[in-house]
Amino acid sequence: MPELGIATGSRPGVRQKAGLTLPLLLALALTAVLLSGAVGSVALAPAELFGGLRALLHGDSGSLAATLLQLRLVRAATAFAVGATLSLAGAMMQALLRNPLAEPYVLGISGGASVGALLAILLVSAAWMVDAAAFAGALAVALLLFVLAYRDLRGGMVEGNTSLLLLTGVIVAAGCGALITLMLSVAPEGRLRGMVFWLIGDLSTAQWRALPFVILALALAFAWRAARAVNVLALHGDHAGALGVPVARLRQALFFCAALLTASAVSTAGSIGFVGLIVPHACRFAFGPDHRLLFPSSALAGGSFLVLADTLARCVLAPQQLPVGVITALIGVPIFLLQLHHIHRR
Amino acid sequence: MMKIDKLDLQIGRRKLLDGLNLALEPGQCWLVVGRNGAGKSTLLRAMAGLRRPDGGSVAIDGRAVGDWPLAELARARAYLPQGRSDAFSYTVREAVLTARHPYHESSYWESDADQAAAQDAMDRLDVAHLAERDLRSLSGGERQRVAIAAVLAQDTRLLLLDEPANALDLAHQVAIGTLMRRLCGMGKTVVLVSHDLNLAHDVASHALLLLDDGQWQAGPVADVMQAPLLSRCLGHAVEAIRHGTRTIFLPITSEVA
Repeated sequence: MPELGIATGSRPGVRQKAGLTLPLLLALALTAVLLSGAVGSVALAPAELFGGLRALLHGDSGSLAATLLQLRLVRAATAFAVGATLSLAGAMMQALLRNPLAEPYVLGISGGASVGALLAILLVSAAWMVDAAAFAGALAVALLLFVLAYRDLRGGMVEGNTSLLLLTGVIVAAGCGALITLMLSVAPEGRLRGMVFWLIGDLSTAQWRALPFVILALALAFAWRAARAVNVLALHGDHAGALGVPVARLRQALFFCAALLTASAVSTAGSIGFVGLIVPHACRFAFGPDHRLLFPSSALAGGSFLVLADTLARCVLAPQQLPVGVITALIGVPIFLLQLHHIHRR
Repeated sequence: MMKIDKLDLQIGRRKLLDGLNLALEPGQCWLVVGRNGAGKSTLLRAMAGLRRPDGGSVAIDGRAVGDWPLAELARARAYLPQGRSDAFSYTVREAVLTARHPYHESSYWESDADQAAAQDAMDRLDVAHLAERDLRSLSGGERQRVAIAAVLAQDTRLLLLDEPANALDLAHQVAIGTLMRRLCGMGKTVVLVSHDLNLAHDVASHALLLLDDGQWQAGPVADVMQAPLLSRCLGHAVEAIRHGTRTIFLPITSEVA
């Protein structure tokens, strides 16, 4: 391991690292949101940007700058919530399955959401019903998994691991994939484009909604309370019980929290890929595996990442807009490969 | 401090232990001997409260281990499992610090006292120089010492150790033996599973032999660790040789032509 020439004393603890990292990430998040307000098919100069902000704060959205800014800020805020939600869900899934390569979609919860959403697009067309159907599909799969893989989530007095949950999830995800393909093949031409965009993940139809923020805030509160016990679980697995951690209760709480987060993100913006995998991974790589820092830093970094990716999606071929899922995948794949390469070189 | 009363343990239909009665007192070091699959680890897990007994009871201070609040129990007994798998790259210091979990459930970060306890445990197990290393980069023996350091940092009256000397080099095996004698001298109770009869004999004050069909034999080392009983317990003839003040156990080998 490289020691970076630190010779004296003990290295700074996680606590000091958190005190430095989290404010920086918060600043990054604010910068990302402001940047996304300024750039686009019509760019705003800093003076216009802050003028518009002032106008918006006074409840006046009459000017062009203010209108534009309002549209962009709603979209950026939604992107932030979705990115933070997916990254936090990924970090929780990885801790639950004790596998750094797990991600929010690995258990088929997003597959369930997709089945619900595509079914709604096929049968009805009201946007809110698509979102509601996605949410319902995700939670239905989560409940199904809970019943089928209860042995793994019970833990506690019995020796076991989470392989049943992982295998069940992978198979359920495959089943959802088949249903998605079926629906795509029977869908009429006119609805196909909407369905495909939904599947890739798209923020262009984002509207202001409080629910994703509420769910994110609740999950962060849970993460704050549980982070120490999650460290013990991540290190010791089933034996965490010997250190006073209620293994079964913690696993179930993590599972449902990650499922709820995934459902919230996917029903807001479709199944945007890679955020939930690479952001927690990159944060662990940069700040260490301690979940007391990993949970909040993943949320902040994931939110910022998606805001920037969505800004890019709006601008790169402007006025045409790309689905943000394309950008996250195009950025995510090389970053992830690079990281893997780094890890193996050590 | 620990009382085991008519304890039955079984896996599937196979009976591992039938009506075990045992009383463990402060300052005692118990050695558990038995063949592979005899139920040594299962017994240790039942003693730790991580596995429900199939009959009878295990109690610490007169209260069944299943009735203890988890955190309080974790301040009373520590458990060293046999195998370890590390999924994430925690440092040695972080791993040892998690053993302080039962002491401060309500605070987000560890206190200075926790840091000191972890440092002390790492010093005692000769892993302080590895403190900032990634767990996954350690050798088997180093990882084992880190795990024992964590058990020490947990600072409990009862230590349940499943093959603590596994994978350790000779010097560290002897050091572990000394450490356990000192722990018992401090009034702690130690239970260890070991296949190294010679090392364990030097350390243990009492022994529990697991025989066939759930039968068992328990008592002070001098009474129980006798060649005929050990031979029956291990399924192979064992010879006890006096060497100065020590007793050395050797498997009797038939000459191979």
